[in-house]
Amino acid sequence: MTLDPCERCEELLQEFLDRTLTDAEWREAESHLAGCDYCRRRYRFEETLRRYVKLSAVERMPPGLMSKLEELRGLDAMA
Amino acid sequence: MQALVKQRYGSSVSEPEPAVDARRIAAEARNRVRFEEEALEFADQVYRVARRLVGSREEAEDLVQETYARAFRSWRSYTPGTNMRAWLFRILTNLNVDRGRRVQRTPPMQPLEESDYYLANKLASSAGEEALEQEQVVERLSQDSIVHALAEIQPQFRDVVVLVDIGDFSYADAAEILDIPMGTVMSRLHRGRRALKQRLAEETLA
Repeated sequence: MTLDPCERCEELLQEFLDRTLTDAEWREAESHLAGCDYCRRRYRFEETLRRYVKLSAVERMPPGLMSKLEELRGLDAMA
Repeated sequence: MQALVKQRYGSSVSEPEPAVDARRIAAEARNRVRFEEEALEFADQVYRVARRLVGSREEAEDLVQETYARAFRSWRSYTPGTNMRAWLFRILTNLNVDRGRRVQRTPPMQPLEESDYYLANKLASSAGEEALEQEQVVERLSQDSIVHALAEIQPQFRDVVVLVDIGDFSYADAAEILDIPMGTVMSRLHRGRRALKQRLAEETLA
């Protein structure tokens, strides 16, 4: 059973974004995206979503944690 | 030639033991300080990942401190020049497993939707294709809903998503850290990302 081109594109898209496709797969995805408005929108959505997930999930280190870690220096199993 | 060198530098070979010891100790102290400094440069990243692997800020702080305590204690087992970031995160994820997180409450996994475009399609059908534009995405999906959705994914899938999508690790590094084959990283990542999108769809369009 062969996939229709948009299904095939969907299959490749996550790895396309991860930059882990083979050259041939990369070209396949790229040429489909160039000609398909539907998939191009989904591509932009997935890309935006990833960036936004990362941005939302990042939380700064609480103040004071770094100095607690500094205090741990010098621990030694052999000591 | 070898013999000649030995002869010429003979005096240093037969140097009294205490001096050799002192040099060795000084060199070791320098290596250790360098190790500690290098490890601490990753503290921000370690915290960032820890925060998304456990439920609360306090637990994340504890986990980071435990990670560094163990790393500093076993600094000799780190091979200089190898991937320290992966080495540290391996300690972190092992400690996290030891903390018994695996048996903590994990909401039952919903049957997964077939499509990677699930969330995109849902948004598009409820609010039109423009809902997929950047500003609309940010408007429709709150930061809280993303953090919440991430916390709801089963740990084995979340670990991989957090390492790759938030910690910026490659598949290979994630495989090394979690001690699983790279194919498993890829399939868990795939499932984890889908689960995240499904949760987001449920929360956003409920």
